Amino acid sequence: MIGEVVAWFQDPANWQGEEGVWNRLVEHSLLTLTATLAAVLIGLPIAVWLGHIGKGGVLAVNISNVGRAIPTFAVLLLLSIGPLGADYLGPYGRAGLATLVALVLFALPPIITNAYVAIREVDRDTVEAAQGMGMRGAQLLRRVELPLALPLIIAGIRLAVVQVWATATIAALVAGPGLGRIITLGFRRQDLPEVIAGALVVAVLALVLEALMVGLQRLCDPVARARRTHGLDSGKDRPGSIVGAGATS
Amino acid sequence: MVRNEWICGEYLRSRSSLLFEAIAEHVWITVLSVTIGLLLALPLALLARRYRRLEWFVVGTTTALYTIPSLALFSLLLPLTGFTAITVVVGLVLYSLTILVRNVLEGLRSVPADVRESAVGMGYGSTRLLFGVELPLALPSVLAGLRIATVSTVALTTVGAIIDVGGLGNLLLEAVNTQFRPQVLVASVLCVALAVAFDLLLVALQRVLTPWTRTRTAS
Repeated sequence: MIGEVVAWFQDPANWQGEEGVWNRLVEHSLLTLTATLAAVLIGLPIAVWLGHIGKGGVLAVNISNVGRAIPTFAVLLLLSIGPLGADYLGPYGRAGLATLVALVLFALPPIITNAYVAIREVDRDTVEAAQGMGMRGAQLLRRVELPLALPLIIAGIRLAVVQVWATATIAALVAGPGLGRIITLGFRRQDLPEVIAGALVVAVLALVLEALMVGLQRLCDPVARARRTHGLDSGKDRPGSIVGAGATS
Repeated sequence: MVRNEWICGEYLRSRSSLLFEAIAEHVWITVLSVTIGLLLALPLALLARRYRRLEWFVVGTTTALYTIPSLALFSLLLPLTGFTAITVVVGLVLYSLTILVRNVLEGLRSVPADVRESAVGMGYGSTRLLFGVELPLALPSVLAGLRIATVSTVALTTVGAIIDVGGLGNLLLEAVNTQFRPQVLVASVLCVALAVAFDLLLVALQRVLTPWTRTRTAS
């Protein structure tokens, strides 16, 4: 089996053309990037604002529970045979629009929930101290709340990226674009080495993406950064990943 | 049937036995996967609690597994478990572990040190301490994890359709070719309803098993 999978990767025919790895990789990456960016642009301002004014918490937190209960496969299928249709959309491939909309829908919950919780969990004493120094509204948000909330916000985006990457894979089940197509095509041809090869590409890149996001999250932690550059030792660990854990399906 | 409208009563009437079959498959795959997941999560969490280095390994591995898309994970399991329900169940167990191990661990850590010390002072051995004191006190966190894992598992089971073991997902995959709208809508709605039903059941279980958390929030 291993030999056959290696042989599959060595065959240049499997890398070229519309069905090839490169084209599917471009589709998949574009889908992931576009959907994540769109979800960040839509979800982040709403969630940060709700967190800042301290309202809409029930909605912001429960949206993740709702997102978990809805199968991505069902939404992709409903959208592609529904009004959005399965037409080609430029570099996004077949059923591009339906896939993009589904991806954004599933990227929103982790982003909104984490960003809301992140802003709410900013130490109240710190916020009061900033207010005592005369900071108000937008200034308080920009200079105190956002920087301190950033690691958790990034944790939410990280969960969204993982979710989007996985959902984009399932798009292939409804004849959509992306790397999942290599897997489904393998199933249709009853070519197990091809299935395994496609799954390996999807899985390894998912892990790489996750590692990159973990790195980004570390880089954006102002407390850890201050500790690094100024040798500060605040001792207490930040809640960081606890809220982020298991917020996606 | 010919018009392919989203809502079709005739579909429900003529295919009810197929629908029940799909629901039954969906239920047993979910229940089996989450049960095995919970049974594995307990010893894993205990190991992780005892050995710090193992904690890093267990939590890291389960988190990494969680990032692998379901379609890819099921496919990668095929050479080991073949085109059987085992492949889907093993995959779903692996996903549930991410949440369950973390929540069991968190629950065990939430047990106050003085409670543990009192129990030891009263002569509790380590087994009795675990089952009589620690696990009951960890229950709220464990049950919260169980709810998340169960609801996610219901949704993820649909992807098992790729090897024809996806419960309601099988109906969805079938409809990809037929483009038959009522089937897509019914299977989707039933899938969400199933997740909600499981969640309500677990909430009820939560109320029965951890009555003290309710009085605390009520006061």
